[in-house]
Amino acid sequence: MQTAERAILRGSGSTRETEPGASVSCAHCGLAVPRGLMAPGQSLQFCCGACRTVYQAIHAEGLGAYYELRDRLPEDRAKSAPSAFSEMDDAVWRARAGRSREDGLFEADLLLEGLHCAACVWLVERTLTQTPGVKEGRLDFVRRRVHVVLDLQEAPLSGLCQRLARIGYVPHPVAQGGEEVRRREERAMMIRIGIAGAVAGNVMLIAFALYGGWFDGMTREFEGFFRWASLLISLPSMLYAAQPFYRGALGGLRNRMLHMDLPISLGVLVGFGSGIVNTVRGTGEIYFDSVATLVFLLLVGRWLQLRQQRRAAESSELILALAPASARRWQEGQFRVVPAASLGPGDRVEVLSGERIPSDGLVEEGRSSVDQSLLSGESKPLTVGPGDVVFGGTVNVEMRLVVRLTQGLAASRVGRLTELVEQAGQARAPIVTLADRIASVFILSILALSVLTFALWSVVDTSRAVDHVIALLIVTCPCALGLATPLAITAAIGKAARSGILVRSGAAIETLGRLRGGVVYFDKTGTLTLGRMVLVDWHGPEWVQRLAAIAEEGTLHPVGVALRKALRSEHEDAEVSEREVVPGGGLRVSIDGRQIVLGAPRFVDPGGHLAPLELRVKTRSWTDEALTPVWIAVDGEVVAGAAIGDALRPEAEGAIARLRAGGFTVRILSGDHAQVVRRIGAKLGLAPEDCLGDQSPEAKLEVIAASAEHQATIMVGDGVNDAAALARATVGIAVHGGAEAALSAADVFIDRPDLARVLKLIQGSRRTVSVIRGNVAFSLVYNLIGGGLAIAGLLNPLFAAVLMPFSSLTVVSNSFRFDFGGD
Amino acid sequence: MSVLFLVLPLALLVATGFVVAFIWSVRGGQLDDLDTPALRVLHDDVERTAPASGPDDPPR
Repeated sequence: MQTAERAILRGSGSTRETEPGASVSCAHCGLAVPRGLMAPGQSLQFCCGACRTVYQAIHAEGLGAYYELRDRLPEDRAKSAPSAFSEMDDAVWRARAGRSREDGLFEADLLLEGLHCAACVWLVERTLTQTPGVKEGRLDFVRRRVHVVLDLQEAPLSGLCQRLARIGYVPHPVAQGGEEVRRREERAMMIRIGIAGAVAGNVMLIAFALYGGWFDGMTREFEGFFRWASLLISLPSMLYAAQPFYRGALGGLRNRMLHMDLPISLGVLVGFGSGIVNTVRGTGEIYFDSVATLVFLLLVGRWLQLRQQRRAAESSELILALAPASARRWQEGQFRVVPAASLGPGDRVEVLSGERIPSDGLVEEGRSSVDQSLLSGESKPLTVGPGDVVFGGTVNVEMRLVVRLTQGLAASRVGRLTELVEQAGQARAPIVTLADRIASVFILSILALSVLTFALWSVVDTSRAVDHVIALLIVTCPCALGLATPLAITAAIGKAARSGILVRSGAAIETLGRLRGGVVYFDKTGTLTLGRMVLVDWHGPEWVQRLAAIAEEGTLHPVGVALRKALRSEHEDAEVSEREVVPGGGLRVSIDGRQIVLGAPRFVDPGGHLAPLELRVKTRSWTDEALTPVWIAVDGEVVAGAAIGDALRPEAEGAIARLRAGGFTVRILSGDHAQVVRRIGAKLGLAPEDCLGDQSPEAKLEVIAASAEHQATIMVGDGVNDAAALARATVGIAVHGGAEAALSAADVFIDRPDLARVLKLIQGSRRTVSVIRGNVAFSLVYNLIGGGLAIAGLLNPLFAAVLMPFSSLTVVSNSFRFDFGGD
Repeated sequence: MSVLFLVLPLALLVATGFVVAFIWSVRGGQLDDLDTPALRVLHDDVERTAPASGPDDPPR
């Protein structure tokens, strides 16, 4: 037990860096430990024997990660959902995210983060059905969308979203429209598959009878009957189910392009046509069984492709909710709520503590701190006062502000940024997939060979020329290209999703899998680091911690939040009075009659001579490490100091070392101060020239665009300031807890806070690509042999009918066999 | 053997019935989501019927 406990301590130390000294809350349930039960000298404290037993049982089963997950959740919630979803109650905004039904109910789709398993489906759906006012709540696990129907009077959308976020599933609104069209399309495809499958199965059964007759003899009467029956059954498949191929081929011809549907359509039509002719003539081969099976298999491949593309399209439909949808504008002597879109230069707006500033402007009244991490990536809030410039989309963290706007929404910095993201996505060179590259060569060769075969056999034996051409077209059916590649990609996407990696486009997997090196740019704040302020160091007596935590009660300032979270103590009541917040400085408060002053050193001790020397030395080392020092004075005496900063993710160092070992150049691209970035880079073993700081979103985009011109460039980021860069990079990877803009701009979204998954993604993609290559190689060899035999006129129709599904099954099973690199 | 002339059309009729049933289920939206229902099998049925039956009494 002793060693186990020590190992546990080490294990949880990474997530518990906020714990200074001994904890007073129970290691299992988090409740306060009664003084009488405190075990002196032990770092793990329990409030009761039951908790100790459960704690030991959990660790004995090797499930200690539970505590890490549990401890991580509350902070994630705070980061991912700073807005409390208040914009969702705005009518203008709501109209984009959902629609009102005729019966007065409202329906909307939300994309959920953090779905893992069947239990999540249960939890989400149960939470929804138990929320009063929610009439319907269905979760689509793979698409990560939940469809809700609710009564807005009883259940506001914001409340529902808060509820979901509170249990760990952060919802993101999804733009409406197009859903109905796509659903109809997908259903039509499904019906085609169903019909083609039924036809293929039934025709195949009849074909068995005919093949039996071919060996053992059969009366002309029955043979004719079976042939006519086959023809009749095949009709729906040829006329209806195979339509997408005809359309594709025609569309390709119209654009003077060789579409993969062309040889497919040719094979199907020529096979079917000659089957009809031979049925009427009563002699020769009918190809109904082969053609029907071909149509069925290819439709399945097409459907998988369609689904995969659909998911890629869906990801870009997230609504960009960077700026609030409504604002309080000064008009007719008071502040009135108006839609943010109607705001223009010159308007005066009121922004309360915790709200987002609607657009760019100058502060007129009030002093506060503004969290600009949205635009700059800088983790420390900026102090602002009258006359200072503030940007739309940034969060006012401390006190009420009145802002005179200088820009409307579209011309604001965040508005232009949104535009930039869209442009960056279009500027990127389209990815040419392996199948695309092979297809045109493949199609040309088959068409040329068919003509050649026909010409050759016309000379030798005119009656058999058509037969051999059909045999060639059927045996060289591009199954590996049309079926196996989408299957392998779909299987890879499914397997990746199970480990929390959501891949938006199959092309991203192919690109990543083909990389043998390149540059990986990491954003700093929120990607390499935790992205939030935590208590890193504490200097001073422990009894002050309790006072500091009480003093920071209710604050929204990141430094205060960090202190409160880290120092959270027993929930006892304290008498708090005369609380005064000084923006950019700190706060003064009276707790149980004691005067507490807490904040920046120059605020707590303006003269700079009250603090003990030891604390001043400590503070200097903190500032050298780019940490924010906070001093605490009790009754006029500076007694303690705390260092607040953004800590590195525990797994960052290992992940980056492995990336570099894998042949990638790793660089940091951050909006934070160059000095801070270099320091973080040094910790990760990166050279100073690889750590770019002070990068605006526009500058980030330029760096990525310049890099992507001549080499493969992967961007890993999480914020709005990364969104344009993510969209422009060869492959953009957004990480957990990011803003909607980052999610919609990236090709891949990793929905767990774990950088090691970037590595997993690359490895899995490599395996996928090697499977695809194997499939293509196999089918090329198969086609060479089969095609050769057909041209030589040696291919027995029965033999062809057996070989065709055999080759398809081989590549299909091969596609599902590989391991993406699960948990 | 001539019974085949009767049985084959009959078999096709049955097959058509199944195809029609399939189309009906697709149109009804049963096949829109192919993955989540497999996970939903694990849930208890208790609360599934609760909202439909009117009074939302807590499951316990």
